[in-house]
Amino acid sequence: MACQAHARSSGEVVLSASVSTGSTTIPAPPLAPRGRNYARRYWVFAAPAATVVAAVIVFPWVFTLYMSVQDWQITGGSSFAGLANYRHLFEDDRFLWAVVRTLYFTALSVIAPGILGVFAAVCFATKFVGRGIARTIFILPMMATPVAIALVWTMMFHPQLGVLNYLLTSMGLPPSQWVYSETTVIPTLVMVETWQWTPLVMLIVLGGLASLPVDPYEAARLDGANAWQMFRHITLPLVWPFIVVALVIRLIDALKAFDTIFVITGGGPGTASETINLLLYQTAFAFYNLGYASAMVVVFFVLILLISLLLLNVRQRQAFQ
Amino acid sequence: MSAPVNLSARRTGGGIDRRRLRRWAGRAGLYFAVLMLISPAILVFLWMLSLSLKNELDNTAFPPVFIPNPPTLQNFIDVFQKNDFLTYTINTVIVSFTATGFALLIGVPAGYGIAKAKATKAAVLILIARVTPGLSFLVPLFLLFQWLGLIGTLTPLVITHLVITVPIVVWVMIGFFEGLPGELEEAALVDGATIWQAFLHVAMPLARPGITVAMILSFIFSWNNFIFGVVLAGRTTRTLPVAVYNVLTFEQISWGPLAAAALVVTAPVLILTLLMQKEIVAGLTTGGVKGG
Repeated sequence: MACQAHARSSGEVVLSASVSTGSTTIPAPPLAPRGRNYARRYWVFAAPAATVVAAVIVFPWVFTLYMSVQDWQITGGSSFAGLANYRHLFEDDRFLWAVVRTLYFTALSVIAPGILGVFAAVCFATKFVGRGIARTIFILPMMATPVAIALVWTMMFHPQLGVLNYLLTSMGLPPSQWVYSETTVIPTLVMVETWQWTPLVMLIVLGGLASLPVDPYEAARLDGANAWQMFRHITLPLVWPFIVVALVIRLIDALKAFDTIFVITGGGPGTASETINLLLYQTAFAFYNLGYASAMVVVFFVLILLISLLLLNVRQRQAFQ
Repeated sequence: MSAPVNLSARRTGGGIDRRRLRRWAGRAGLYFAVLMLISPAILVFLWMLSLSLKNELDNTAFPPVFIPNPPTLQNFIDVFQKNDFLTYTINTVIVSFTATGFALLIGVPAGYGIAKAKATKAAVLILIARVTPGLSFLVPLFLLFQWLGLIGTLTPLVITHLVITVPIVVWVMIGFFEGLPGELEEAALVDGATIWQAFLHVAMPLARPGITVAMILSFIFSWNNFIFGVVLAGRTTRTLPVAVYNVLTFEQISWGPLAAAALVVTAPVLILTLLMQKEIVAGLTTGGVKGG
């Protein structure tokens, strides 16, 4: 279990602990630290991947920056447009509304899976009969093909024939318009997003719960603390870094959400569920306005980058704990 | 693994009966909570199965028919007869296997190199890929592929799927190699092995569980990917998720074939998840890997 300190999760601990048992029989020879040059030799290993990453990740980025200051014509011509695309972007009501909708969708899609995910992690951290199969069923939604489940949800949302309205009315609740009304469409999509991604929050927090020390709980129990007090004053503070990581990941994924929204509503009704990503798709691949779309990508990315910097920050701080 | 913390009511003191009652209530509450948590997943997947096994009359009946009686396989037959689903299945297999294989080939050494050089800064680039929306890679790559005349072949799909698979493999492998003890490789180096030999013959065999995790995850997320296919695939190069989406747009209210198509697409992934859930959980907890 010596490797536990290095491992980032419970799962890794299990796997790396199982493979490291063989290594204990061979005594490690005393080695002088070889300094930076030694470490640098390992860069060779990363070279092929770095090349591919440069081709499929860095090149598109550089090209997008170039395109965003071009007035690209579908006929093939393109001329320097300066910051016109960006200026246009901040005067474009459709884009600004898309930003507002994205933030609304994202806020709800972080909060709901966040709360449910932590709750689920606490449940699954407790031993009970059938825990393995229950956990597997619980993570199925995040592994299933998003397009496929989006189709099933679409059929379930049908106002007249859908099974959801049947279930609601049979429980004595009023039926909903689900994705067919401008006011309920985003909360409904958040519901799908929550269904799909709560498991990821649960898994990350569960990894944190598994690494908690047992001692504070025994001390608290001797002092007569109840379950809620132990959760509030021991579990929550200790597992907080994991919750933050899970929430930041959720935030990024919610900002990027595309598949389910595209399949279920396509941005509709009207433009009531058109997020930045949906508008980006329309602009680039329906209207072929690639210069404008590139400017949109840059602004979108800056938005997400601010958040990913936060993620890096959290990760680094976590490494010292 | 350290013992998971038991958070159910475990308070000492009070009468034996009260304690037993409290314990029993805690258990009941726990089972109820777990049931509530997993029932939405069960509902959706069972409903998908139910729709795919019923005839059209039962599928549009209200109140809904839950149990197919008698169950029919006609929807599945329709899916494969009316659409070229066999081609799309082969396309998806080719794309996700090639993208995963290539990602393993270059990603496993990269993960090793980054972990050994302790170059966590290099992981930032991987993180950028994780953070960037898939669509933003597509605008420039679409133009590039058009210029190269590759639109309508499977090559652009394989290349863009590397955007998903390479970061997953590198990310999982960095975490895995960091967790391995370095003594064995150092011993090999002292005995005169080159760093390549130490990697190939010492570190790689030890890392096999990690490679399995990376392979499963990158395969699943490549299989599931929709956005690259919807932009880059032509009529004959569609992947399954794109093909299923097209079934939706052409057959508005034909729910049976639609559900059958959805099930065909997602069944391999669901079965893989059920079989390899331990590996998948281990991989996913390392940092929220997800493609697209």
